[in-house]
Amino acid sequence: MRESAHKLSRKSIRRSKPISIQKSIRLYMHYVSINVRSAMQYKMSFFLTAVGQFLVSFTVFLGIFFMFDRFHAVEGFTYSEVLLCFSVMLLEFSLAEMFARGFDAFSGMVRKAEFDRILVRPRNEILQVLGSKFELTRIGRMLQAVVMFGYGIAKSEVSWNFSKVMTVLFMLIGGTAVFTGLFLIYAALCFFTLDGLEFMNVFTDGAREYGKYPVGIYGEKLLLFSTFVIPYALVQYYPLLYLLGRRTEKILIFLPLFACAFLLPALLLWKFGVRHYKSSGS
Amino acid sequence: MITMEHVCKSYRIAKRNAGFGEACKALFRREYEVIQALNDVSFTIGDGEMVGYIGPNGAGKSSTIKILSGILTPDSGTVLVDGRIPHKNRIRHVSRIGVVFGQRSQLWWDVPVIDSFELLKDIYSISETDYKESLEELTELLNLGELLRSPARQLSLGQRMRCEIAASLLHRPRILFLDEPTIGLDAVSKLAVRDFILRQNQTHKTTVILTTHDMQDIEALASRILLIGRGKILMDGTLEDIKKGGDSIDETVAELYRSYDI
Amino acid sequence: MKKYLSFFRLRFVMGLQYRAAALAGMVTQFVWGFMEIMVFHAFYRTDPAAFPMSFSATASYIWLQQAFLALSAVWMMENEIFDSIVDGNIAYELCRPVSIYNVWYARSCANRVSRAVLRCFPILIVAVLAPRPYGMNAPASMGHFALFLITLALGLAVTVSFNMLIYVLTFFTVSPQGLRIFFVSTVEFFSGAVIPLPFFPENIRAVMELLPFASMQNVALRVYSGSMSGGEMRKAVILQVFWLGAVTAAGKLLCRLAERRVTVQGG
Repeated sequence: MRESAHKLSRKSIRRSKPISIQKSIRLYMHYVSINVRSAMQYKMSFFLTAVGQFLVSFTVFLGIFFMFDRFHAVEGFTYSEVLLCFSVMLLEFSLAEMFARGFDAFSGMVRKAEFDRILVRPRNEILQVLGSKFELTRIGRMLQAVVMFGYGIAKSEVSWNFSKVMTVLFMLIGGTAVFTGLFLIYAALCFFTLDGLEFMNVFTDGAREYGKYPVGIYGEKLLLFSTFVIPYALVQYYPLLYLLGRRTEKILIFLPLFACAFLLPALLLWKFGVRHYKSSGS
Repeated sequence: MITMEHVCKSYRIAKRNAGFGEACKALFRREYEVIQALNDVSFTIGDGEMVGYIGPNGAGKSSTIKILSGILTPDSGTVLVDGRIPHKNRIRHVSRIGVVFGQRSQLWWDVPVIDSFELLKDIYSISETDYKESLEELTELLNLGELLRSPARQLSLGQRMRCEIAASLLHRPRILFLDEPTIGLDAVSKLAVRDFILRQNQTHKTTVILTTHDMQDIEALASRILLIGRGKILMDGTLEDIKKGGDSIDETVAELYRSYDI
Repeated sequence: MKKYLSFFRLRFVMGLQYRAAALAGMVTQFVWGFMEIMVFHAFYRTDPAAFPMSFSATASYIWLQQAFLALSAVWMMENEIFDSIVDGNIAYELCRPVSIYNVWYARSCANRVSRAVLRCFPILIVAVLAPRPYGMNAPASMGHFALFLITLALGLAVTVSFNMLIYVLTFFTVSPQGLRIFFVSTVEFFSGAVIPLPFFPENIRAVMELLPFASMQNVALRVYSGSMSGGEMRKAVILQVFWLGAVTAAGKLLCRLAERRVTVQGG
């Protein structure tokens, strides 16, 4: 007995290779699967919540529908053009929400000191937070977004070609990165205060809500803000203009990828937050 | 194995005064109060030792545990655990330690306990053979058998604590921190948990640090006791040192707290 | 009655203490109102003739909606109540010699009023000072203003009655979360929180205005700007009173059934 124990502990010392990306993905999938199994303990509840999520964003669509029933266009954008804009934005948001909205529950993790548990485990903190707070019910909004995306693409009068398909793909990648960055910032702020963080909803839910119209309709100042401060316009307005054929510069195709840089300051803030947490033990 | 030298840690806590005017003022300017959680704490713990860490609430017990497990960075002083500085290179450090927070669960509520264990296997990157070996041994010693297939929510507190302890040992840590492991347990479970910790220490030479309010835990487990109060180590000795008279250990410790005015 | 008043007062004072949350809420609602007005202004620039009311009346509608959001937003429900139902702590409340429906009702009203009181003034001040036509107008007349306050209070009562219905239904469902999301999104849409009711097509709007959801915020907001005729206002107030009675009665009935269920099944 004692012999084998000693062998074991020696083995565990040798085992300190860096953790590979595949291993991280496998761990994340393991978290997802355990979350799904938990949710399946309450199948009916899961189903109804997912249906509820599906309906929420449907009313937003109805809002657009009825506004255009009355107005037919806004600042030169027609119904089908706005629909394309809305559906891409919704899918960007849903993707980010699916994978990164776990940060929303982060204030609870800090309050209940669950973050201590995460710190005593030998894995990346973000991976653990996102994994342990993965919520399958968000599939409802995701489905809604996919349906809307299909409808938006079908309804659009865009003449599709390779570069336009790539543009949409890059929009999805960049937009997911921007929203993920925002969720991350929200979580990082929880290290410093737990009061009044609702204002962050302005940038996440608010952007989803008002991002249904091309940012350009809100005027020069907001366009500047969403170009240089929080790069919504890089994943929405400018590439949209390219899709609709109003601008032809090739750079607009790749602009959404630049928006991924927004993740950097978000990550720095998070790291700073973790350091603060470790020194204040809040 | 573990050394702490002249470790200090203080917190800043925002002061809150009653009254509407004070509340308005606090919106703009906050006043802080500094609380000295650890004040020049030094001790050394050898490989394979089992140490009871006692003191009243707020004395600095959990700050110490947090510093040793790398959750908290000390303001000053040096900390060395198994040759590592805990708050530097967190990931390397925590893969070799085990932590049980008696008041908080690390098991998934709605899935069988074994599923939580499987997840931990991935988190700690335990190899298949090591995992099987650990699991078998822990199942036998902690008598987990049937429990592994039930969701954590259906377990009694005692059953759950046995699973919690197993969860913290799957990766064979050389050091185990136990923060109030017997809190709220019934008599049978307490005995089972104590018995297991003792065997773990004897057979695997695991270094154990245990905080508790239950003096019987200390009596059963700890050959050495550290008493902390107001952020300072007040006493470092054996059970016999504490139990000079013939009183029960609870009374002796209460007397001790009173004599140190903590 | 006195019991319920003291519940109200306790909750009201508690609500005033969450300053940071109030500040954040205020900022959020201000941005929301601002963005909403930008959207409508963009539509206005495109086609002013398609507007169902003047632009400045629309701006007033939006500012008031944001300022008094806490009175009429269905989604502002109390987690404590949901939790007590789900985890069974409700049993303690049933032991007290009070009507659980009335206690919860008083408590919800108090929370909403305290939130609204904290948040409305800064938003209103900004709204009044904002340049025309983006700012808020004065009420059409003193009479309109008085009726605005009355219909606002009635709207609050209808909203809380509806919340009560959702709380009580929680007893009968396996999924409070699903139920809640479903109700909230439906009610939001029909009450005019997604787009103001006047902007719906004529025939759809005529139906929507008869539903209980229109009584929550739409009536008061439209009364203020004077865009309703005397007959329309009378009809709207009568509908508010009717729905208040109907929804409250339904809630109380279900509550009695739920209480029986709890006592029989032991939660």
